[in-house]
Amino acid sequence: MSLGNYVHRESPIHRMPAGSKVLILVIGGTALFLVPDLLIMITILAATIVLYRVARIPMGIMVAQVRPIVWIFVLIFVFQLFTRDVAFAGMVVSRFVALLLLASLVTLTTPASEMIDAIERRIGWMRVIGVNPAKISLGLSLALRFIPVVAKITSEVREAQRARGLEWSVIAVALPVIIRTLKMADDVANAIDARGYDP
Amino acid sequence: MSTKDIVYIALFAAVTAAVGLFPPFPLPVTGVPISVQSIGPLLAGTILGARRGFLSQLLFVVLVAVGLPLLAGGRGGFGVFLGPSAGYLLAWPLIALFVGYMVERYWRNLTLLKTIAFSLIGALGISNLMGIPWMAALLGLNLVEAAISSLAFVPGDIAKAILASFIAMAVRCSYPIIEREKAPAT
Repeated sequence: MSLGNYVHRESPIHRMPAGSKVLILVIGGTALFLVPDLLIMITILAATIVLYRVARIPMGIMVAQVRPIVWIFVLIFVFQLFTRDVAFAGMVVSRFVALLLLASLVTLTTPASEMIDAIERRIGWMRVIGVNPAKISLGLSLALRFIPVVAKITSEVREAQRARGLEWSVIAVALPVIIRTLKMADDVANAIDARGYDP
Repeated sequence: MSTKDIVYIALFAAVTAAVGLFPPFPLPVTGVPISVQSIGPLLAGTILGARRGFLSQLLFVVLVAVGLPLLAGGRGGFGVFLGPSAGYLLAWPLIALFVGYMVERYWRNLTLLKTIAFSLIGALGISNLMGIPWMAALLGLNLVEAAISSLAFVPGDIAKAILASFIAMAVRCSYPIIEREKAPAT
């Protein structure tokens, strides 16, 4: 799947199973809150940057993960500076940056399709609480398939409404799109049932 | 849950994603983007009802979490859930649940005004109830400051609630989804 934030490289981090990466992220992320110490936090931040080197993610992409919310870090830093001290402010911000970079690293090194496979392999237990895992899988794959379809139908309807001068009327575009896609959904559901789908 | 339910759920997760293709406007200072995308949970709730609406938005959140760049502006992945707008995003399934429940409950004598009222409670009430405390906690603001900074969303939210209600009422007339269960086929 080409869609996604995934950056393909050959690295041990890319080869790790998706489930393990998420588990490590959750445990590591929680652990970050247990060490309120500036020095340790900066070490962890440095280690995170090393992990990006190991995953062979270019520096530019790493910086791009943080850039959109740099001003938040500034805001938090200034705020903590006034309420606590420099060491604490530095600790809070470096913890936040480390956390964000770690979370992004998982996303950058795992294709979305692999992540979905990992989810599908782990939802078998849900049968116990009356949820059919096969239906969740069907929902996930259908949603992925529908995104380009909905986008295509939207552009078709806009083209049709342009002929009527209604290209920019939100309702004149949205309504036909919704009704056409609902009809399509009915056809898809009937087609699935007609093929004897019974998970 | 029938195949049709699953297909509808997947469809509205996809519709929410498709709406995200319209570019967002990031707000200065707080950086939470104003986008038309938050109309997704309102449409899902008002058109599909509580259960399917909720699940469709939950599915959308899962797709964002696995790393697909489906949020307006092409954002996605775990990092989003650490950002300032995570509270608003996580409110989407609950908005769809609430709006869907109310619409189903008053389905027989639903009016445009009622639908707008339910949508407003969802888009303004539930959304901010989750979004503001999250933003406040993250930025170290107090709740009042965070609430003031979120005032900029209010006009857009009102517009989206009205728009979603118009669409939902039109769909209710021409291609109702909820009704089929309310009036079992004889």
